[in-house]
Amino acid sequence: MKSPLPADGEKIGHFVSAAPFDPLSIETLNTEQKDYYLASQKRLMWWKFKLHKVAVGCAIFLGIMYVSVLFSEFLAPYNLNNRHIRHIYQPPQSVHLFHEGEFIGPFVYDTTYGLDMETLKREYPEDRSHIYKLKFFCEGDSYQFWGLFEANRHLFCVDKPGTVFLLGTDRLGRDMLSRIIYGTRISLTIGLIGVAISFVLGLVIGGLAGYYGGWVDLVVQRIIEVLQSIPSIPLWLAIAAIIPVNWSPVLVYFAISIVLALLDWTGLARAVRSKLLSLREEDYVLAAELQGASPQRIIGRHLIPGFMSHLIASATLTIPNMILGETALSFLGLGLRPPVTSWGVLLNEAQNINVVVIYPWLIIPVIPVVLVILAFNFMGDGLRDAADPYS
Amino acid sequence: MTTDLASEPILQREHVPVAGRDLLRVENLSIAIKTHKFELNVVKNASFRVPAGKTVALVGESGSGKSIIAQAIMGILPGAARITSGSILFRDPAMDQLEFDHAAERPDGIYMQSMRGSRISMIFQEPMTSLSPIHKVGDQIEEALTLHHKVSRKEARQTTIEMLGRVGFPDPARAYDMYSMELSGGLRQRAMIAMALICRPALLIADEPTTALDVTVQAQVLGLLKRAQQFLNMSMLLITHDLGVVANMADEVVVIYHGNILESGDVRTIFKEPGHPYTRALMAAVPDLATPCDERLKALREVDHVVPDMLYARERPKGDGPLLSVSHVSKTYKVRESSWLSSSSKPFLALDDVSLKVRRGECLGIVGESGCGKSTLSKLIMRALTADNGDITFHGAKGDIDVMTAKGEALKTYRRCAQFVFQDPFGSLTPRATILNLLMEPLEIHGIGTAQSRRKMAGDLVRMVGLDETVLNRYPHSFSGGQRQRISIARSLALAPELLICDEPVSALDVSVQAQILNLLNALRREIGLTMLFISHNLAVVRYIADRIAVMRKGRIVEIADRDSLFANPIHPYTQALLNAVPNTDPDSPLDFSVPDMEIQDVEMLWEEKYRCWSMPSPDTRLREVSDRHWVLSNA
Repeated sequence: MKSPLPADGEKIGHFVSAAPFDPLSIETLNTEQKDYYLASQKRLMWWKFKLHKVAVGCAIFLGIMYVSVLFSEFLAPYNLNNRHIRHIYQPPQSVHLFHEGEFIGPFVYDTTYGLDMETLKREYPEDRSHIYKLKFFCEGDSYQFWGLFEANRHLFCVDKPGTVFLLGTDRLGRDMLSRIIYGTRISLTIGLIGVAISFVLGLVIGGLAGYYGGWVDLVVQRIIEVLQSIPSIPLWLAIAAIIPVNWSPVLVYFAISIVLALLDWTGLARAVRSKLLSLREEDYVLAAELQGASPQRIIGRHLIPGFMSHLIASATLTIPNMILGETALSFLGLGLRPPVTSWGVLLNEAQNINVVVIYPWLIIPVIPVVLVILAFNFMGDGLRDAADPYS
Repeated sequence: MTTDLASEPILQREHVPVAGRDLLRVENLSIAIKTHKFELNVVKNASFRVPAGKTVALVGESGSGKSIIAQAIMGILPGAARITSGSILFRDPAMDQLEFDHAAERPDGIYMQSMRGSRISMIFQEPMTSLSPIHKVGDQIEEALTLHHKVSRKEARQTTIEMLGRVGFPDPARAYDMYSMELSGGLRQRAMIAMALICRPALLIADEPTTALDVTVQAQVLGLLKRAQQFLNMSMLLITHDLGVVANMADEVVVIYHGNILESGDVRTIFKEPGHPYTRALMAAVPDLATPCDERLKALREVDHVVPDMLYARERPKGDGPLLSVSHVSKTYKVRESSWLSSSSKPFLALDDVSLKVRRGECLGIVGESGCGKSTLSKLIMRALTADNGDITFHGAKGDIDVMTAKGEALKTYRRCAQFVFQDPFGSLTPRATILNLLMEPLEIHGIGTAQSRRKMAGDLVRMVGLDETVLNRYPHSFSGGQRQRISIARSLALAPELLICDEPVSALDVSVQAQILNLLNALRREIGLTMLFISHNLAVVRYIADRIAVMRKGRIVEIADRDSLFANPIHPYTQALLNAVPNTDPDSPLDFSVPDMEIQDVEMLWEEKYRCWSMPSPDTRLREVSDRHWVLSNA
């Protein structure tokens, strides 16, 4: 019979394919498969992460944010504490390209100061007679770059006496954009220090609970439950209140990260514990045990590599909590205090609803908070999906 | 089965298939699966048919594409797979002369939805996970009916109970209100079959329906499927790799390998005069109860092995007493039964007063169905569990070790002398370690050799199991099941143990790979004089490899004898039942499906009184020697 398929409803004949039998064909791999099967775990994770386009975009965004932390002085048009007493509560200036129908390139108009005598509101109408072109890599306020040398180059600025306040100014006439750029430095790094501490705490405490089980597990579980049941803001307030007022801003900064970390390890400890419990049931752990491996070896060689990637992914998801915690504490005036500048400290200015109604640009530091937290969450999701490349 | 189902309104609608027309014709079907790196053609130009009222078996190894063809017919292909060409023509007798092409229909369209579970239904391999644990069995079966037919509640319940009775539930009305966890594996598979048959499908796709079941249950379920097919006049597409099942069930056979159909024909033709070299190799590779035990099996893929010198040179125990003696060992598990008011635990006796001796250099086989305690026994011997009472003593080259109480150095020495091969080659290798790390690990733990000599040893070990030294840098996920099991064996032999315990080492592997592993184990055993404890539920496999065989049931050894004596003259009724339930690959000697098909609660009642050791325990229950070295459990 020529075909394996007999005619409709006919009796079946005997079909034997002419194809030879190659016993190894099912085991031989083509080059792409070989590539895939020979890849290490890290490479597989990278391939899987790359598929998650949003996560990759967020990772790039966060990368840019963190790199910017190194160059805050250069990126900000003005210095952190440079006051412009003639420009108090000035609203954001807009960048124009065309002046009277003619293309000029990016420039801002001059502003004049006036007081609305009815509302007593400061007003800064544009004075269209003067234009100030934006200049790039220009000289402006001088600063100590990385504490190493004096510099005065900025990414952009305008000639004096013109001003460029793209996000407006605050109560003391300081440029909001510059302050947000400087605030990024503190707000983004406080999360990392906090997460590093809570990572260690979570790993050790969760690991002990998961590996020893029994009463250790019981005690740890109850402590976690108690910690998680306390309303977080009052607890922060209580602990933050302990920090002596006369400490230097840097010390306060570390103290705040430790406070946040001390309360944040619980989620991670739970993740470690449950992962350990489930991995302990795997055959390969029993196999190592039956070879005579010691507990340290089993944990170090067989268990931890199995869930490290998960841990990193879940740690990424806790960084936003840290950032939010710092923002909340500083907003309430109990976290960082001026002259240290973080996004939370900036938002402290926007506590008064009257101020926010009249000078709405003071609330702008919320935008970077939201963006960074969303980015961390999306990236964490992508990492978590990639963490188990074999599924 | 005397009830006249014709009186049932739902089941009355009979559609007689049109003569001269196949029910299902798959023509030139190709399916590709896309991964993010490459697209694989998993089915290549496959054509076959399923005639009305007949059974067609699709036979192939894992990865041959047989399950994906079934998914394509049902319209449930996974998202990564797509049909690249061909057609799947289904002619439902209930739809007159119409013909639908399932390759062209939308999988979520009205036609496919009304077809799935109603005119074509499917039963899966794993009865443990196919039923929802939170709904009553009856409700789940009834749902399949009410989804496709307008029936009153009462009518639906009536039909469901009727169907439960038909698939062999002893008390169908009670079974309706039970939950799946209250049922045994065999009963769950029956419930699945009831669910698949409740709408009287024209085609039943059975994907490895009995692979997860014990042999005696398998025989009953196969009998049930055969009767249901005759009664409902339906066709069946049977997907399996078990040639014994094929020979007993199929009318036509289609052999598929790597996505290509290599042979098809009448069942008798295929088994009597297989035409394609692959079919012939497949048949020769599977041991059955008639395979000569001293010949090598003809594996599809032979493995050359080179035994490293250090395995020859290892210390061997002196004297000729037993290597391992297990005496009067019992083990109970506590089964927690908790309600929201109280929790109590009732003990479950997994091993009951088991004694056996393993002689030096022999291979002792342990056979039994799931839950008989064979794995518990192996774990006790490996000290992965501790027995309630009894003694286990290992008489090794380094003196006697009391396995149950050994600690510290003594336990470490024991670990070096006794090694274990797991059933599941996918779970027993750490996924994040390279093969080199895996093979060097036992040597590192026991401080054997230097870093350099360990590396060399790892190379010797992979060559011993027929792999190339280049695999050392690869990760376990890049190997097939058979290759992984070979790596497991290599690892277990790294310490040159005196005793090797293999717990179902070939059950998770394809039949085509089984022969390769069995040959390897057999050769290693002969060449280095290894003592082995080989645990399996497959009688043919145990018969091939073991010198002496112990049969276990419900925590006890019921019969223990030399291989030839046991197979020539099985005495205990349980051993006889096991032997009779093994399907033969000869279509001319089919299984006896006339045995009572009810899941009999107390099968012991059919036995001679002196063998009823569980229902009628007596202080005199013990193994008795009936002939030379042939012991049988009895009360008198």
